[in-house]
Amino acid sequence: MIEVDNLTKRYGPTLAVSGVSFSVQKGEILGFLGPNGAGKTTTMRVITGFLPPTEGKVRVAGYDVADEPLEAKRRTGYLPETPPIYPDMTVNEYLAFVARIKGVSRRDIKKRLDEIVEKCAIADVRNRQVGKLSKGYRQRVGLAQALIHNPDVLVLDEPTAGLDPKQIIETRDLIKGLEGQHTVILSTHILPEVSKTCQRVVVINAGQIVAVGTPDELTRRLQGFETVLVTVEGPAAAIIEKFQRVPGVNWVEPRESHESRVTLEVHSEKEKDVRAELARATVESGWKLYELKTSGLSLEEIFLKLTTKDLSEEAAVKAEKAAN
Amino acid sequence: MRNVMAVAGKEMRAYFHSPIAYLVMTVYTAICGFVFYSSTAFFSLQSMRMEAQGGMGMPPLSINEYIIRPILGGVLTVVLLFLIPLITMRLYAEEKRSGTIELLLTSPLTDMEIILGKFLGALLLFAILEALTFAYFAVLYLYGNPDVKPLIANALGMLLYGGALLALGMWFSTFTKNQIIAGAVGLAAFLLLYLLDWVSAYSQGAVGQVMSYIALTTHFDNFSKGVLQLSDVVYYSSVIILGIFLTARSVEALKGRP
Ligand SMILES: Nc1ncnc2c1ncn2[C@@H]1O[C@H](COP(=O)(O)OP(=O)(O)OP(=O)(O)O)[C@@H](O)[C@H]1O
Ligand SMILES: [Mg+2]
Repeated sequence: MIEVDNLTKRYGPTLAVSGVSFSVQKGEILGFLGPNGAGKTTTMRVITGFLPPTEGKVRVAGYDVADEPLEAKRRTGYLPETPPIYPDMTVNEYLAFVARIKGVSRRDIKKRLDEIVEKCAIADVRNRQVGKLSKGYRQRVGLAQALIHNPDVLVLDEPTAGLDPKQIIETRDLIKGLEGQHTVILSTHILPEVSKTCQRVVVINAGQIVAVGTPDELTRRLQGFETVLVTVEGPAAAIIEKFQRVPGVNWVEPRESHESRVTLEVHSEKEKDVRAELARATVESGWKLYELKTSGLSLEEIFLKLTTKDLSEEAAVKAEKAAN
Repeated sequence: MRNVMAVAGKEMRAYFHSPIAYLVMTVYTAICGFVFYSSTAFFSLQSMRMEAQGGMGMPPLSINEYIIRPILGGVLTVVLLFLIPLITMRLYAEEKRSGTIELLLTSPLTDMEIILGKFLGALLLFAILEALTFAYFAVLYLYGNPDVKPLIANALGMLLYGGALLALGMWFSTFTKNQIIAGAVGLAAFLLLYLLDWVSAYSQGAVGQVMSYIALTTHFDNFSKGVLQLSDVVYYSSVIILGIFLTARSVEALKGRP
């Protein structure tokens, strides 16, 4: 439904996006994840036809956004970073205006409006001025605006930014409910968003894609080895030595010690579960076992890993240049 | 066309839901009323004087010549140089500031539909102002009988003149997201174009002629006399088309650096 092919976008001398390619299948919800300034908004602006690409092609619902912009735009709904509202219009007037310019036929406007305010839970503020609504309602009006012409493709730029936790959950549920009917690409730098709503994630950093996959795949790929956290009461040095000798264990690192308790990080070979052996070893030696758990990298840590690695490389390159 | 009307309707709505339309209309009617009052008073004084002197075989003074022409050609053209930037300054600047430009430019509208819609919306507000002026002139029919034909030329001329200023003002408003700056640039440019007429009086030869030709107000002279001349219609129409074209260029460039 969305095909981004080797997209590059420059703002004058700044390279905002460079050589980005990915595609989104029909009915899929894709998360577009990256830190500030990664190029998420820029990419979305090209997809929606707001900005022309410097290089590369973008196709939406089979239409090239540069060659057939009107056809592509007819099939796209877009919620920009700040909801594009006219503050002095009422919600009704605003949505009716958007419906008209999106090409909803005059006959259908009223029906569409009724459906959409219901769907986005803004029926109770229909006659209020958009500018006087709370941030949460405004965001939902923005979502309603993007959905008003029932587009095949939805582009949502940080749809939950600035909402309170309850509203975040409601908005996520709303987006989740679009799965299957609409193709959605949503950007965020809040991680739980991705694992909760998206089937697939594209991680972008400094204008380049650094990883693509399902949230689970990313976790697995980046772990590489298994890590177990063990908290034991006993002599630290002896415990470490004992654990080192458990078959399958690669190395042991002390994490923290609290009074007589130590927490150790036990790294084992891939695909090897050493937890049962560790428990037995502890009990055999008469130490007390307090906690034993695998420490999968959280999505947060993966995110940091992916995005800081490149930054530090970049910094190294810069430092090298400076040295020369 | 449907899209143009949707945008035009939105602009009209915005004018009447903000103080702009009322401010412009109030200032305009106040000035208009004042000039109208003083010129009619002057006119009646003159007529009475002529009557007292027995007319001296001269034809009666023309209402068109003594009231309508000075109001339109002398005062209102200048007043509009100040008021039109107030109408046009928000057209693009405000959309850029609030981010709604993203909504417009990602909707299935062509740039030209948006531009024409905005221009039409502003022109409608201007037409209301113009109707107010001509409402004053209608009063003249109660006490006199001004010629209708020159009035038609007057009305058309004013619409063209206003349209030209609006098209240029719209272009200025694409430059920035700050309405005030857009308005100030518009005002400065209009005053410059107006002053060209004055300066041209002191310059000789071709330069003076060119300046006088470019000056916005010179072409209004004939209209205010009630004379319809093709060259003047062509001049203002060209300025309107130029303004729209420049706006289109500017919107295109805007996409490179929003
Ligand atoms: N109009 C512009 N002119 C010049 N540079 C720009 C412009 N817009 C964005 N940039 C630059 O392009 C890069 C990518 O910006 P972009 O807004 O796409 O990031 P983002 O991923 O959306 O970030 P955020 O999470 O903060 O929204 C940044 O370095 C930014 O400074
Ligand atoms: Mg962004």
